[in-house]
Amino acid sequence: MNVTITVNGEQRVADVAASESLLNVLRDDLDLPGTKDACEQGECGSCTVILDGEAVCSCLVMAADAEGSEVTTVEGMGEEGHLHPVQEAMLAEGAVQCGFCTPGFVVAGAHLLETNPHPSELEIREALSGNICRCTGYGAILRAFETLSEEGT
Amino acid sequence: MTTPTRTHVTGGIGTSVRRPDGVPKVTGNFAYASDLHSKDMLWGATLRSPHAHARLISLDTGPALAMTGVRAVLTQDDVPGLPLFGQEEQDQPVLCDGVARYWGEPVAIVAADDEETAQRAAASIIAEWEPLAPLDDPEKAADDGSLFRELKIRRGDKEAAGTVVVEGVYETASQDQAPLGTEAGFAIPDGSGGLDLYVTSQWVHVDHRQIIACLDMEPDQIRCHPAGIGGAFGAREDISLHIHVAMLSLATGRPVKMEYDRSESFVGHVKRHPSKMWYRHEADADGNLVKVTARLLLDGGAYAHTSRAVLANAAFFTVGPYRCDNVVVDAQVVKTNNPPCGAMRGFGAVQACFGYESQMDRLAEELGVDPLDLRRQNAMRGGDPLATSGQVIDAPLPTVEVIDALEAIPLPEPLASDDPRLLPGGTGLTTPASKVVRGVGYAVGLKNVAFSEGFDDYAEARVVLTRAGVEVHTAAMEVGQGLVTVCQQIARTVLGIENVAVVWDDTSHIGSAGSTSASRQTQMTGGAVHAASVGLRDRILADFGGDELRNDGVYRAGERIATIDEICAEGPVEHLVRFRHPETHPPDENGQGDVHAGFVVAAHRAVVDVDPELGLVRVVRVDTAQDVGKALNPQAITGQLEGGIMQGVGLAVMEELVVDHGVIRNPTFTDYLIPTFLDAPAVETRIIEAPDPWGPFGAKGIGESPTISSTPAVVAAIRAATGKALTRAPVRPQDIVGI
Repeated sequence: MNVTITVNGEQRVADVAASESLLNVLRDDLDLPGTKDACEQGECGSCTVILDGEAVCSCLVMAADAEGSEVTTVEGMGEEGHLHPVQEAMLAEGAVQCGFCTPGFVVAGAHLLETNPHPSELEIREALSGNICRCTGYGAILRAFETLSEEGT
Repeated sequence: MTTPTRTHVTGGIGTSVRRPDGVPKVTGNFAYASDLHSKDMLWGATLRSPHAHARLISLDTGPALAMTGVRAVLTQDDVPGLPLFGQEEQDQPVLCDGVARYWGEPVAIVAADDEETAQRAAASIIAEWEPLAPLDDPEKAADDGSLFRELKIRRGDKEAAGTVVVEGVYETASQDQAPLGTEAGFAIPDGSGGLDLYVTSQWVHVDHRQIIACLDMEPDQIRCHPAGIGGAFGAREDISLHIHVAMLSLATGRPVKMEYDRSESFVGHVKRHPSKMWYRHEADADGNLVKVTARLLLDGGAYAHTSRAVLANAAFFTVGPYRCDNVVVDAQVVKTNNPPCGAMRGFGAVQACFGYESQMDRLAEELGVDPLDLRRQNAMRGGDPLATSGQVIDAPLPTVEVIDALEAIPLPEPLASDDPRLLPGGTGLTTPASKVVRGVGYAVGLKNVAFSEGFDDYAEARVVLTRAGVEVHTAAMEVGQGLVTVCQQIARTVLGIENVAVVWDDTSHIGSAGSTSASRQTQMTGGAVHAASVGLRDRILADFGGDELRNDGVYRAGERIATIDEICAEGPVEHLVRFRHPETHPPDENGQGDVHAGFVVAAHRAVVDVDPELGLVRVVRVDTAQDVGKALNPQAITGQLEGGIMQGVGLAVMEELVVDHGVIRNPTFTDYLIPTFLDAPAVETRIIEAPDPWGPFGAKGIGESPTISSTPAVVAAIRAATGKALTRAPVRPQDIVGI
């Protein structure tokens, strides 16, 4: 079936199977591989996207249910020379190692700061507890978001 | 196909230079192996054994071949060359050879037009099995003589005895590396019968050696390319789908992609060896270690992988960073029908550290002395013989310094809040803060750097000066640790030229860099880049009679005498180095000798809050001091220290691969728990610089030490809070509650 989704501000049409997740459609059909596939169970947050204003695990969203929705992926957050403040802060603090979790943290973190521009340490930890990082131990990620919280982006 | 690394970062050693691959990673543009694709590609899938031990009576691939869109179905009969692979010992069938020896062993592979068809086709293959009793008890395997390796260490006087004796039996569970990126590979036929392979790896040259043997091809027919990788931690040190995806591509003449999902990943790579360790420490009345006697038993699972080397690490670090003249170790790694084990961060030293540090605490208690004082008193320093092998390495080992630096970090304030996010169990907790008990624990750990026991361990790097800048060519795997940044920093510092790009070469264009494991690449590939940069610089200076190289050319007495274009007038100028660390040797029959190339030491202090009624633990802080030799990139070091600690915390309180009769019962992120942001303790780090004699600028490899002593520190803290013996990691709620 054809599904029409506005992705990063652009209307896209994909021919999707009934069983297909939004994650698969983004990666395989719409050529947006920045959103990562790591657990397929909504446990790790690597596939986080903004769906109609909410941060969701795109592996848990059926593509067909996204008909008519607006989706923002990591590719819509910023690009070299025009990075999103979250992307810039994560680079500055050394919050990127293997980088596989990074797109999910960028999207979930940007959503956190939109809804709460000055999160406390505990609010940062809680809001991002659905995003697993196996490399950094979260310390550098915490420092990145504490800096952003102080700046109140 | 690979992501360019020439982005605008500058800076030499000692500064926290940004990663050159950072921008692609934060924008989603970095190409991981799982992102590679082409329009005409096929998807591969694998049929796996549903039994831990079974005879394959018959295999009917007909249903799969009959499916529309299926292009190939291959079994062990289709392996063109050597039907076995393995890094140290070729003992594992590429596909089931008639007997499945572990749960999830690959049986057949399929290539089809799309992923779903490939998976349905693999599932449609009819395999008839005769289940056999799995050998799943490591102690029974030891009794039966089912061994990958046995190592005996006999040092000093076997009659020696102390007056204060503590004995203990300790166990550690199997841990999964759980890198976020799963196994993925992409094979592209080259039109001449060969292939280009892009597979998640820690060492493309050792993959290549095994792949060409199994495919019966010449070395230059298969090119293994360093591909983007979402974490490793040991899981990528051994072959997973490499040979399978190559076979499918050769059979179909089409590009083929394979990618494991999380559950398949859990069976698709090797684990940390579960262990059982029997320890006896003897000291004199003053607390000096007199003798350590230990039996170590590691479960290697069904196939050898790196079990032999893991066992050696466990055995040689039986005593840890302590002086002791009399040591008896009997170490075995057994072959069972449990999941195959191999490399994971710490590589045998993790298990032993849990044993010896638990013992040091017990000994301190028995002696009635401060546990840190006991450690300082017995600390091994540079120039002291390693307690097990007797090897003396002429290099600083700041064991006392890391303990002192750690102890000087202030302890946190007492728990003062009823905010459930700060209490054990988190928001589900029902116990008030007043019932929570705090504990503090310490541990110190020792690790070798690079490969040991006489292995010909080297790293090759080529440094090239072109008109456009410097290129560092290497096949060393960047797995997230930041080697790419360090290579640039080293080349910049030596050459005096800022514009440095790292170029990842495939196996046909450069020699091996060795494995990205054993904490070795900063010292080995870093050492190769350093030596190649020095060679290149000195040659250019000699050719032009200069005394300094800068961004814009060669200088003599402050005057430029040649531009970069003039240096490169006849083309790029390059220098290739194959770098080796000091020679090591296999141990003799008593486990004695110069087995290792270098040591690194770290100490950890954990603070935990425990709910003793529910058996729940919150790890409040884990602080650390670590010897790094020379800090080439302080921010990257902090990242390794913090990240390594989290994997140690995981093994201490939550990470356990539950294996029942050889079957993994929790192969998902829902059931195999990894520390989240809310589980993560605060961490304070102290970097101690005691320069290494052969590391570049004195740097030491630092990747594994953060994981080694953090686990026993956390468990020691839980013991301090609860008074329980807690001889097993991870500590489970039932261990604390006592049910």
